Amino acid sequence: MTILLTPVARLGRAVLAAMGSVGRVALFFFSALGHIFRPPYYPRELLLAMLNIGWLSLPVVGLTAMFTGGALALQIYSGGARFNAESVVPQIVAIGMVRELGPVMAGLMIAARVTSSIAAEIATMKVTEQIDALVTLSTNPMKYLTVPRLLAGLITVPLLVGVGDVIGIAGGYFVATENLGFNAAAYLKNTMDFLESLDVISSLVKGCVFGGIATLMGCYYGMHSGRGAQGVGQATKSSVEAAAVLILAANFLITGAFFSV
Amino acid sequence: MIRLENVHKSFGNNHVLRGLTLEVPKGTSMVIIGGSGTGKSVALKCVLGLVTPDSGQILVDGKDATKGDRDAFLARFGMLFQGGALFDSMSVWQNVAFRLLRGSLKRPAAEAREIAIEKLRRVGLKPEVADLFPAELSGGMQKRVGLARAIAAEPEIIFFDEPTTGLDPIMSGVINELIREIVVEMGATAMTITHDMTSVRAIADNVAMLHDGVIKWTGPVAEMDHSGDPYLDQFIHGRAEGPIEAVR
Ligand SMILES: Nc1ncnc2c1ncn2[C@@H]1O[C@H](COP(=O)(O)OP(=O)(O)O)[C@@H](O)[C@H]1O
Ligand SMILES: [Mg+2]
Repeated sequence: MTILLTPVARLGRAVLAAMGSVGRVALFFFSALGHIFRPPYYPRELLLAMLNIGWLSLPVVGLTAMFTGGALALQIYSGGARFNAESVVPQIVAIGMVRELGPVMAGLMIAARVTSSIAAEIATMKVTEQIDALVTLSTNPMKYLTVPRLLAGLITVPLLVGVGDVIGIAGGYFVATENLGFNAAAYLKNTMDFLESLDVISSLVKGCVFGGIATLMGCYYGMHSGRGAQGVGQATKSSVEAAAVLILAANFLITGAFFSV
Repeated sequence: MIRLENVHKSFGNNHVLRGLTLEVPKGTSMVIIGGSGTGKSVALKCVLGLVTPDSGQILVDGKDATKGDRDAFLARFGMLFQGGALFDSMSVWQNVAFRLLRGSLKRPAAEAREIAIEKLRRVGLKPEVADLFPAELSGGMQKRVGLARAIAAEPEIIFFDEPTTGLDPIMSGVINELIREIVVEMGATAMTITHDMTSVRAIADNVAMLHDGVIKWTGPVAEMDHSGDPYLDQFIHGRAEGPIEAVR
């Protein structure tokens, strides 16, 4: 009997633990929000974070978007050919990139690149007492470390997603015009005619939310790191896992909110 | 004046502080000694609010340290951490001048840099060190930069966690003298943790010995040698035999 119940008990404990951490993350988020609007502000830290999170992520986000857009064009062409609908490539590439793949690929790349580095950096600061030192130097770690990174994520990731969308569509355009025999001018016209402003808005909203999730998870797990090198490793791993899962879940919810009829 | 009253602190099953009571009068230098892992660093962190005690009271100038304006409270303190705790994302002088570059004590960068270089000189470091990064320094140098950072804003209350550990004897002498100077000239209140008995004699007005989570003995440094306390005697003479177990 007890053997049979053990998995259930485990599951129960896991659910309780998960709910507990959701609550703690939410508290952390609201505390960070509260600090955004109260001085002191650290503009230098914000600028550095924007450089790091936004600008320096451009190459990796651009490359993933380009290859994804290209692959998308190939797939839609060969799939569409089965019912004589090859001509929809520009429309579907545009919608697929802007609504879904652009923001999701950028979000996951940010989780891999930014969340991990934030978590590892802050966790190391915690382990080496640098966070304690900040406090004794009358500097609130929430304001000094979390707020600039969170703001930078909220501001720069939507821009990244926008750029990624464009590059992704360009990737599809190159494949379509070079390999699949599409007319360049017609391809661009079809893309522009088909995209609606709601598509673009949803894309940017997703970018903003994903940027918030990615930076918040890095800060949260970093600040709550255990002791020693093992603590740092654990914090980094958990932060990326949490960010990736939350980004995909949020993507589903936002898509539902924008496009379910 | 700093007063800890019956402070308890556990980490899980590890009952570190078990009713610690200690008083440090204003403008005096208290040295805390005791075996490693007995909770000396934890005691200092309790006063600063970096660790929240499970029970007990901490008073600074008669006021509860955990209540009231934290910024104003912490602005009076300087702390040298056991591991230095330098910010490795910024250069040495920016570490030392951290407080002077932001917040209520903010001043022009050039002035802050000058003060930082002066403080570095006082802990025996050349101006060339100012533009290096913490990772480029030896452990002893990092410790001294941490010390310079702790005293940079001339705080009223200064905590030193093992200031001379990892330093050569000459540099230890320089640091001991500096700490003594800060107390005598600036009238600061100091709490220092150390294992180095030479340091104790050079720095202390009063000595307290922490063992098993409580203060086993406390008194003026002059009475340390004939306290008649077997724990203290064993510690200051570094004997393996005695009431303090060697395996802890
Ligand atoms: N943040 C913490 N979490 C868990 N245990 C801790 C923490 N800080 C200190 N300890 C434990 O408390 C005890 C006392 O530590 P510490 O005050 O650093 O000793 P010391 O007297 O050498 O300075 C040690 O057993 C240490 O493992
Ligand atoms: Mg210690």
